[in-house]
Amino acid sequence: MSSFLSIPDPMAARRLFLGRSGVLLSGAAVALLAGRDVLAAKAGDSKAADAQILNTALGAELEAIAAYQVGAESGLLQKPTLALALQFQGHHKEHADVLAKTVQKLGGKPVAAKRKYSFPVEGLKNEADVLRFAAKLEQGAVSAYLGAVPLFGNRDLSKAAASILGDEAMHWAVLRNALGENPVPSAFVS
Amino acid sequence: MRRVLLATAIAFPIGAAGAAGDAKRGEELYARCAACHALAYDRVGPRHCDLLGRRAGSVPGFDYSPAMKHSRMIWTKENLSRFLANPMGVVPGTTMTYAGVDNSQERADLIAYLGTANCNKR
Repeated sequence: MSSFLSIPDPMAARRLFLGRSGVLLSGAAVALLAGRDVLAAKAGDSKAADAQILNTALGAELEAIAAYQVGAESGLLQKPTLALALQFQGHHKEHADVLAKTVQKLGGKPVAAKRKYSFPVEGLKNEADVLRFAAKLEQGAVSAYLGAVPLFGNRDLSKAAASILGDEAMHWAVLRNALGENPVPSAFVS
Repeated sequence: MRRVLLATAIAFPIGAAGAAGDAKRGEELYARCAACHALAYDRVGPRHCDLLGRRAGSVPGFDYSPAMKHSRMIWTKENLSRFLANPMGVVPGTTMTYAGVDNSQERADLIAYLGTANCNKR
């Protein structure tokens, strides 16, 4: 990676993105996750777009909670690993909770957990299978948040999404380590 | 919507369509999609097996956004490359709120991998 920008001028990159995505920025600095609701209420046109981004993330978080539940109830996890899985599930619950509240504050309707999720349970035969399955979901979550961070009209939401990204990356690293793999396989995530 | 898609097609050159994709590399890159997608079953996003040639928004039982459902798009390599480059720009209103895959070779690799994903094969 030689540069983070394909365009040397960050403002030009920003204009290009806005032109490409059709996302409108209100210019208001909203900080829902920091509890600055008054500012949030003043936010303009980007609120609906931001709420949609958060809702997609919420859907993935709810699925992750269900996936960890499958792992926890599989009977395949030994005590220390089970405790770790439940801790990570707790993080996803916290993410989901704050995402749902933020969607609501933005005037959106938070997505609900599905009644049933499909997971490849037939492939889960031992602890390593469960860990590998969880690691794959966490790696995907890192990429998903990375792809969402630059989309928010509200930079405080980008910051919040980056904070969740960091947590998912730690989960991924710990799970890789538990599998005996290099916990941090590269200098950048993608 | 038709006009939007046409405008998008003009704005974004095909890019990956002409590039040769490496399915093996595409399989590695597909890990990025794993928060929301799987090949054989629906998740936050729809299943990806048998994607090429499929009409967008057409997996039975999957709850698509109205934007995707009414996009009238067929998942050709070209359309897929354009969409992967900028999902929200190509289908405004899509729930795939992802900035996109900038690198045309990476898109070609992903598409090559998706081309191998057959729903019967699993």
